[in-house]
Amino acid sequence: MSQPLTKIQPLSQPVELDVAPATFSPEVEAEIDRHLAKYPSTRSAILPLMFVVQRERGYLDPAGVLYLANRLNLRITDIWEVATFYSMIYTDPVGKYHIQVCKTLSCKIRGSQTITDHCSKKFGIKPGETTSDGRFTLSEVECLGSCGTAPMFQLNFDYHENLTPEKVDQILDSLP
Amino acid sequence: MQIKAIGCEPLQLRRVHIANSQRLDVYRANGGYEALKKVLNGMAPDDVINDVKKSALRGRGGAGFPTGMKWSFVPKDSPKPKYVVCNADESEPGTFKDRYLMERDPHMLIEGMLIAAYALTSKTGYIYTRGEYKYLIDIMDVAIDEARAAGLVGKNILGTDFSCDIFTHTGAGAYICGEETALLSSLEGFRGHPRMKPPFPAVSGLYASPTVVNNVETLTAVPDIINMGGEAYQKLGTEKSGGTKLWSVSGHVNEPGVYELPMGYDDMEKFIMEDCGGILGGKQLKAVIPGGSSVYIMRADQIIGKDVRMDYEGLVAAGSSVGSGGFIVMDETVDVFESTKNLTEFYKHESCGWCTPCREGTDWLVKVFKRIDSGDGRPDDAQLLLDIVDNIEGKSFCPLGDAASWPIQSAIKRFPEDFRKRLVNRES
Repeated sequence: MSQPLTKIQPLSQPVELDVAPATFSPEVEAEIDRHLAKYPSTRSAILPLMFVVQRERGYLDPAGVLYLANRLNLRITDIWEVATFYSMIYTDPVGKYHIQVCKTLSCKIRGSQTITDHCSKKFGIKPGETTSDGRFTLSEVECLGSCGTAPMFQLNFDYHENLTPEKVDQILDSLP
Repeated sequence: MQIKAIGCEPLQLRRVHIANSQRLDVYRANGGYEALKKVLNGMAPDDVINDVKKSALRGRGGAGFPTGMKWSFVPKDSPKPKYVVCNADESEPGTFKDRYLMERDPHMLIEGMLIAAYALTSKTGYIYTRGEYKYLIDIMDVAIDEARAAGLVGKNILGTDFSCDIFTHTGAGAYICGEETALLSSLEGFRGHPRMKPPFPAVSGLYASPTVVNNVETLTAVPDIINMGGEAYQKLGTEKSGGTKLWSVSGHVNEPGVYELPMGYDDMEKFIMEDCGGILGGKQLKAVIPGGSSVYIMRADQIIGKDVRMDYEGLVAAGSSVGSGGFIVMDETVDVFESTKNLTEFYKHESCGWCTPCREGTDWLVKVFKRIDSGDGRPDDAQLLLDIVDNIEGKSFCPLGDAASWPIQSAIKRFPEDFRKRLVNRES
């Protein structure tokens, strides 16, 4: 393989920075190898690997992008172009707990706005914002396939269904 | 939430309430992998395809294309590897049936994929699951590992010379990836943009190789088709719509849930008012979107007293379609202007940006909806929405543009008062 890439232009700034590519533990590297082994083309593993990088680093940061470009033998733009297409890939930091309230029709008519408003008031943030301590991010998202148990939100990867404001308090107040 | 069959013995749902139904031993103790054995012990690939053709099984993802015919398009003599891809990107608003099939009966999907792979002489299958359903990917991974350890996945399955491996793959929050060519772009590691058809995936799909993409509910119907025979499966439904269908019921009913009905179940009113427990709080029915967010919305008076038959032909005759079976019930308190605005925002958010009519058109639609909503609607804004839609429908690169158009066309036509009242108020 050619020289590893170490220069990257973050999405937010028009400058190229020297950044050390991310490194991972042998266990995470083994997990990444298992993903790569599923496909005849390494590029196919790009989304599974983005989720791994995101889990390990909180979001897909420039160091993570450099890691993926080197690991998958792709250009940095290849990584950015995929990352910016998918709503579950974060190119900016998000809170430790990401509350994603479903806002699409079935949830809407069963009271999703009440849930969003309740979370909004509880933390003093609007949808799209993160609390100043970095603990909670609140988002409104499109249909999560939980229409029969509306309203609902996804907290990180966990579904919480048939929500009421009281239930929301129980869930969020008991988080570590 | 209910998960049950109405009007027939549960078929696809028959194991979902058994304890530990996701485990291999429980699946096998309840008839699991018998169809695979039958196929491997004496059926030729073409026999399997013929059985699926006879079953009149139609794609359950939304398009309703005959599954056996789709399979028969794969060129047998191609020297390239062939792929079976399960579309588990369930994202059509109102649809949540695949989720419960995978959660409660993952081996049924594996068995269906193995039989499809055998019929298509494929050695590799991928299950493309929407990223939000991570817990289902974990369940599928466990089930695949169990099946591999038992010699049901991998090399020389059940001691025969048939080999096939199955892998899970994750999406990352893009509705468009439920469109089969966009799904393949995504599975290859690109942005989820749709591709030009032809060539169809059956000829040139994943990695430019022959590929069949089928919905979860379609593939999980296959073991039963093999077990009972295609004709018997077809007879559970109607001549052109074979078998049973899962309906995801949400909105203003007392008993939302996943209901398995025979195709051709003959009374939508009874389904809503009795089987699903009637309208929440004793209110009046106003509207139903019977097949996922993109199908035509129906007025209550198109349903009440009309004996609407629930299958592909019956719903078209009644003025809508089966789609994905995402059945959204709305009571008298719903303003159809608002519900349509909500869905239009969905399509704007999910437009992939590849083609201009859909990218720009859905953006303009939302702008007009917001203008009306803010009280600045103009008298001809309903017509303006229809004009924009006219420049999207049939002119976009993939069906997302049509899906964004149909809710608006049907809402303005069938609920003109919900639009007019905002525009009239504006003038006064």
